Amino acid sequence: MDQFTLNLLFVGASFALYIGIAIWARAGSTSEFYAAGRGVHPVTNGMATAADWMSAASFISMAGLIAFTGYDNSSFLMGWTGGYVLLALLLAPYLRKFGKFTVSEFIGDRFYSPTARLVAVICLIVASTTYVIGQMTGVGVAFGRFLEISNTSGLLIGACVVFAYAVFGGMKGVTYTQVAQYCVLIMAYTIPAIFISLQLTGNPIPALGLFGEHQASGEPLLVKLDQIVRELGFNEYTAHHADTLNMTLFTLSLMIGTAGLPHVIMRFFTVPKVSDARWSAGWTLVFIALLYLTAPAVGAMARLNITELMWPNGTDGEAVSVQQIADDPAYDWMATWQKTGLLGWEDKNGDGKIQYYNDAKAEMKAKADANGWQGNELTNFNRDILVLANPEIANLPGWVIGLVAAGGLAAALSTAAGLLLAISSAVSHDLIKGQLRPDISEKGELMSARIAMAGAILVATYLGLNPPGFAAQTVALAFGLAAASIFPALMMGIFSKKVNNSGAVAGMLAGLIVTLLYIFLHKGWFFIPDTNTFTDADPLLGTIKSTSFGAIGAAINFAVAYAVTSMTKPIPNEIKDLVESVRVPRGAGAAQDGH
Amino acid sequence: MRGPFDKKVEESPNVTDQTSNPASTAESDRSYWKANVRLIRISLVIWALVSFGFGILLRPMLSGIPVGGTDLGFWFAQQGSILVFLALIFFYAWRMNKIDKDYGVEE
Repeated sequence: MDQFTLNLLFVGASFALYIGIAIWARAGSTSEFYAAGRGVHPVTNGMATAADWMSAASFISMAGLIAFTGYDNSSFLMGWTGGYVLLALLLAPYLRKFGKFTVSEFIGDRFYSPTARLVAVICLIVASTTYVIGQMTGVGVAFGRFLEISNTSGLLIGACVVFAYAVFGGMKGVTYTQVAQYCVLIMAYTIPAIFISLQLTGNPIPALGLFGEHQASGEPLLVKLDQIVRELGFNEYTAHHADTLNMTLFTLSLMIGTAGLPHVIMRFFTVPKVSDARWSAGWTLVFIALLYLTAPAVGAMARLNITELMWPNGTDGEAVSVQQIADDPAYDWMATWQKTGLLGWEDKNGDGKIQYYNDAKAEMKAKADANGWQGNELTNFNRDILVLANPEIANLPGWVIGLVAAGGLAAALSTAAGLLLAISSAVSHDLIKGQLRPDISEKGELMSARIAMAGAILVATYLGLNPPGFAAQTVALAFGLAAASIFPALMMGIFSKKVNNSGAVAGMLAGLIVTLLYIFLHKGWFFIPDTNTFTDADPLLGTIKSTSFGAIGAAINFAVAYAVTSMTKPIPNEIKDLVESVRVPRGAGAAQDGH
Repeated sequence: MRGPFDKKVEESPNVTDQTSNPASTAESDRSYWKANVRLIRISLVIWALVSFGFGILLRPMLSGIPVGGTDLGFWFAQQGSILVFLALIFFYAWRMNKIDKDYGVEE
């Protein structure tokens, strides 16, 4: 069976499974549509939340980011997992106790202010929409590469599948599909990693293999890796080169942003009890950790494999020849990926060999001059191809490659569905029922939720087909908004009995505006190129890059909220009672009756 | 595990007996909340210590402890912090569910 048929088989089988689940789990009420009837077991919910959270970025990009930077990008690992501690301890149980359907609804009720709810809804829609663009483009790329159809048709097929289970199933359909998607994506991620770890270190557990022995040289894997990248003029893999202040703030911003992303928070509304919300956050992290503990091993091992392929005779010997890349089956992946434009090489000095080294490093100049090198000849290596190309780089069997294709699609589709659900519930529950037509019937609301979902899919598909130039930058925006506006408002709503309506609105707006300003000053106004005053290489405030600013935005939100509260009217007694009731699990079941 | 929270737990049965009285329910809820906040505070100190501490800021201090070809700080940044986060969430859930029962506020 050829590779194309295998890919088709794996992707087709996984899609048939998702559609089957969609037919089985249709939503009949708003409670099922928004919160899966609050009957989801904490472990099931944990698995679904893990799939919801782990996007194309976690599956496809993260190991590549770590592979080419090493220790300095540990921020992604700590940031994207540490946020779950905040979520489990500071938000999830209390929001489950509150017992409503959306994040903005809590903000609106707790701060007795439709304005606060509206600000939250706007942040939520902007954050989720920008986030979903990346998922849709990811679906297109994965289809384009593995099924050899155009990105456009790939994206349209993906959109139809999401439509089938999200519009009819709502949270109920999405949750059970995500459980299946989690199983597909975790197998697709760990199976190649286990193979590669066995090849390189003999240890079947990649997380242990990372700290194990490189069998070919008998040295520890990381010592070997440090050595060969150093000899090619790159930063040592395990060493700390990043600015410490920026790294700390970036990690903190990712943590706060993770805890404030509405499509993640709303998952904890689906479990039956407050205590289940606490357990469920733990289970979510178990399922996320399976991938996140493997990712650094995937990164390091792929970096070693690629470097050794480029220097088959060691870094002191001859580089790989152009002829060998063309003829040797071990290099077939290079030709495949060259076609996508994501990988490129050029024999600049015409010696018939491809020298891969860091030509920006001054110390490499002497060595390059002595050997007649005229710059790095592996001219383009897009980091995003690392995970997808990894099984081919390591020469793994064809079915593993098919599995990785299905896994990449599962990661992108599951996150897209979760985001679309967050958008549609914000539109139908917060805007239509909350603001425009409070008297709408349950049936009418369910219908409007479905229409909103269909609309959101159309918008996301359009934006996926015509991604604005800033698509890559927008994840920073989503995290910035979540960290600077949503997380602090939720936390103050639970942990303070003083912060009032004016304080919350002023705090959210201050955090939001300052963070947006900082991002726009560095990335360009509304991400239009060349309208930026500063760059992330030379930022406005010391070493703080725009991607690390969310934590400062959150601090501004807290400070402004407390300052404005102290100058305005204290909160009414019934709101104090609301806060007290949210803090105590007793009677959580009854709270759903409001609907 | 016996920690600083155990004291509160021992006092509580006494408080839950009086749940019929609204004033003492409020009193009991307040000390329940205090016990929760104390547990959160301790957990977050550990959360920050393993990630920002061992993983980033204190890494130079841990550089003398070798782990598989590198040092303990690198291990905490790429593995250890995630494992501690997991342990923390489960510890908190287990401990809080127990405190819920002790104060009679469970569902």
